[in-house]
Amino acid sequence: MPKNTAPVAYDSKIEGNVTFTKLDAAINWMRSNSLWPMPMGLACCGIELMATGASRFDISRFGMEVMRFSPRQSDVMIVAGTVTYKMALAVKRIYDQMVEPKWVIAMGACASSGGMYRSYAVLQGIDQLLPVDVYISGCPPRPEALLEGLMKLQNKIETEQSFVEQKKALLSKIK
Amino acid sequence: MNSTEAADTLGARFENSIISTVNFRNEISIKIKLEQSFEILSYCKEKLNFDYLVDITAVDNLGNDPRYEVVYEIYSYQNGCHLRLKTGVIESDREAISVVDLWPTANWHEREAYDMLGVTFKGHPDMRRILMWEGYPYYPLRKDFPLAGKASEMPDVAFSESVPLNGGPFVTSPCSASTDKREPRSREIIS
Ligand code: SF4
Repeated sequence: MPKNTAPVAYDSKIEGNVTFTKLDAAINWMRSNSLWPMPMGLACCGIELMATGASRFDISRFGMEVMRFSPRQSDVMIVAGTVTYKMALAVKRIYDQMVEPKWVIAMGACASSGGMYRSYAVLQGIDQLLPVDVYISGCPPRPEALLEGLMKLQNKIETEQSFVEQKKALLSKIK
Repeated sequence: MNSTEAADTLGARFENSIISTVNFRNEISIKIKLEQSFEILSYCKEKLNFDYLVDITAVDNLGNDPRYEVVYEIYSYQNGCHLRLKTGVIESDREAISVVDLWPTANWHEREAYDMLGVTFKGHPDMRRILMWEGYPYYPLRKDFPLAGKASEMPDVAFSESVPLNGGPFVTSPCSASTDKREPRSREIIS
């Protein structure tokens, strides 16, 4: 043993339960496996969103079943349906009330691009107001597609480097 | 009593207020004068038992005079018959007469006609927009309103933009040509 190093030892009782990982990876793992959706059901896609939450498709297999009707308790907004101009700022206000970190899923053609409504009354995609993470095609998308979208979002969250970025931001402030 | 008998009764009773009566495949449409519209509709309800107001809507016949036409669809559950009454509304007034006092359900129908075409209804208890927000400056179902819509802004309430009609509008043109002529996947945009 080199001279200046101290011997390292674990308590043998917990030694077997210790895992080394990066902080970001641990945070991402926790975040991505307990997504709490905010169901923003605005039109027919909302029905398919409800089906996804029901027993047949069983969204809770993926740790996302805790639908919260309060923006303050949820972290992924599923915009399911046609966003009219009349509703658009209300959707934005609800999004603004969600706490960080937060994500947005545009479910279906309408939420992604206005869909078939090239019309005076419909916002041409919720991405004009909110930063969308995952777009799901379909009119409406089947529940499987929504689940796939949510799993895509989980994969995306797993690549995030929030801790590293926070640290960088902090360091640049100090300088 | 059936629709034809009802129309005949109306024709005899309001000879001077009825402009024309058209029978198309047993659907009877009666054009009436605006001034007497309430009186005639009231007679339909009270005396001819048209107890159900199916719909009120308005039509924009741009270029014609009168420009607007308000259409009343009424039905009698007692006699199982239907009648359509139409009345012209001129551009300078843009005002029809409300029938909320006869059929309370007229309230929302008239608000919708107002919202979409800007025709108001005299005597309506609550003449506000119903689908678009208060403060939206246009009447979107008018013929001179572009299909793509128009931009508008109401801070903190709502905004609107005109939409890109890339390759559109995908609408049907009335003609006897085949479907691909009638409803092409894209069409020249005539602005
Ligand atoms: S994408 Fe289709 S199913 Fe979904 S809200 Fe729009 S019209 Fe309805």
